[in-house]
Amino acid sequence: MTDSVELAITRAHHEEWARVVAGLARRFGDLDIAEDAAAEAFAAAVERWPSDGIPANPGGWLTTTATRKAIDRLRRESQRDAKYQAAQMLYDEAPPEPRGPLEDDRLRLVFTCCHPALAMEARIALTLRLIGGLTVDEIARAFLVQETTMAQRITRAKVKIKAAHIPYRVPSEADIRDRLAGVLAVIYLVFNEGYLAGGDDPLRVDLTEEAIRLGRLLHNLLPDDGEVTGLLALMILADARRAARVSRAGELVTLAEQDRGAWDRALIAEGHALVRERIAAVAAGGPPPGRYQLQAAINAVHTAAPSLADTDWSQIVSLYDRMAAVDPSPIVRLNRAVAVAELDGAAVGLAEVDRLGDALDGYHAFHATRADLLRRLQRSGESRAAYDRAIELTGNSAERAYLTRRRDQLGD
Amino acid sequence: MPRYLMSVFGPAERTDYGNYGTKEDMLQAFADTGAFNDKLQRDGHFVFADGLEPASTATTVDGQGDQPVFTDGPYLEAKEYLGGFWVIEAADLDEALALAAEGSKACRGKVEVRPFNTEESLKAMLES
Repeated sequence: MTDSVELAITRAHHEEWARVVAGLARRFGDLDIAEDAAAEAFAAAVERWPSDGIPANPGGWLTTTATRKAIDRLRRESQRDAKYQAAQMLYDEAPPEPRGPLEDDRLRLVFTCCHPALAMEARIALTLRLIGGLTVDEIARAFLVQETTMAQRITRAKVKIKAAHIPYRVPSEADIRDRLAGVLAVIYLVFNEGYLAGGDDPLRVDLTEEAIRLGRLLHNLLPDDGEVTGLLALMILADARRAARVSRAGELVTLAEQDRGAWDRALIAEGHALVRERIAAVAAGGPPPGRYQLQAAINAVHTAAPSLADTDWSQIVSLYDRMAAVDPSPIVRLNRAVAVAELDGAAVGLAEVDRLGDALDGYHAFHATRADLLRRLQRSGESRAAYDRAIELTGNSAERAYLTRRRDQLGD
Repeated sequence: MPRYLMSVFGPAERTDYGNYGTKEDMLQAFADTGAFNDKLQRDGHFVFADGLEPASTATTVDGQGDQPVFTDGPYLEAKEYLGGFWVIEAADLDEALALAAEGSKACRGKVEVRPFNTEESLKAMLES
């Protein structure tokens, strides 16, 4: 296959997969048929485009091909079925073209895949398969489970959607806020799964890129939603630091030690523009920023600073204060304490961290933070013990390498 | 329209006031559940609803052999048993879950929502 055909297929897969699946799901009312027919259409493209040439409208070609595949399947099935009710609907004209983003089939599909009646792991798997177009094998590898286990998870979720009549639609005005928060949580989880990966790979770029792609899709569909914009900005600004975050030796590099010249300036500019857009919207009387917008703002402050020392820490502390008002979790308070330590000194930060011991004793970042603050206060013995706990609790190989080196560098 | 079973579970050992702490709690829960049932009727969701006597009053029957075998007690040993249920009709799971949330608040218990077979699902099963 020539490079240009391969490129066209990859691009079509990125741009058209969700649209093809979502359109078929609406038309045939069945996710299984939609998924299989879309996969068959892409397989047909791989087979035919090299000899027939790339169609002028790849999306249209794929939709037509997939629709034909779905109709073939339904015809085969309806031959076994005296009533060919299913085949009847094929003569219906497809509903008119979507009038606005809320009418976009992909948005319906997103809300169906992220339905709160499905277990979180099923929502993630379905979203990656049906919206992201990852293969079952790719998803299984990303989450370190057997392919058969992942296939079963996806099948079970599709069976539940059908049997329990989980609707294929965008939620009503009254519910959309809560439901959208659930969708954003799924996307952010995929991102973090890649950004703070367990297992041997410290970074799963396939997952972070997929999460950003999903974030962009959602942002295209709902450009005025603050939290959708906030999540996209947050992921972009975190991803912009990717190259500097893990050393060649596979060790985590903290913000303090990162080579800021290796940050992706284009991504940072894009992230900052999104954050500025939200600041303007809030200033113009829009709803107050939620957790993702605040986290994006914090990341914007970090990525705007030429060095750690030149970071506007008081701004960061006040953003964390606002975060704590939205989400009074001990993890938010831990992150706030890190900023306080930069602003008011390690001893003040440590006092705040120590207040969280009951809630966060099983959390590696709590011990890693304590270890660092104790090190800065020259309390080596206590620092070493805290590093030990953090090393024991972390699941990320790069972080383990970093913590181990730090611990071994401690004086007596 | 899809049908759903909404089941409410409660501890095996009931207090003097069913699963409620006091008589007032019990009466209030009954009143709220009655109002919820009225609403289900009014809005066309209601198929059936009732509460059950304690699981200790159940008898399990196995009629598969030559002679039926009767066993005192519920089919499964558990800490909590089905205490009552609704059968409702709803447009889809979103509507059923919203009704279940109201029912849960009214009866003061967790509610399990489970779809019934449909003509379509039975057909799929027969064809498989």
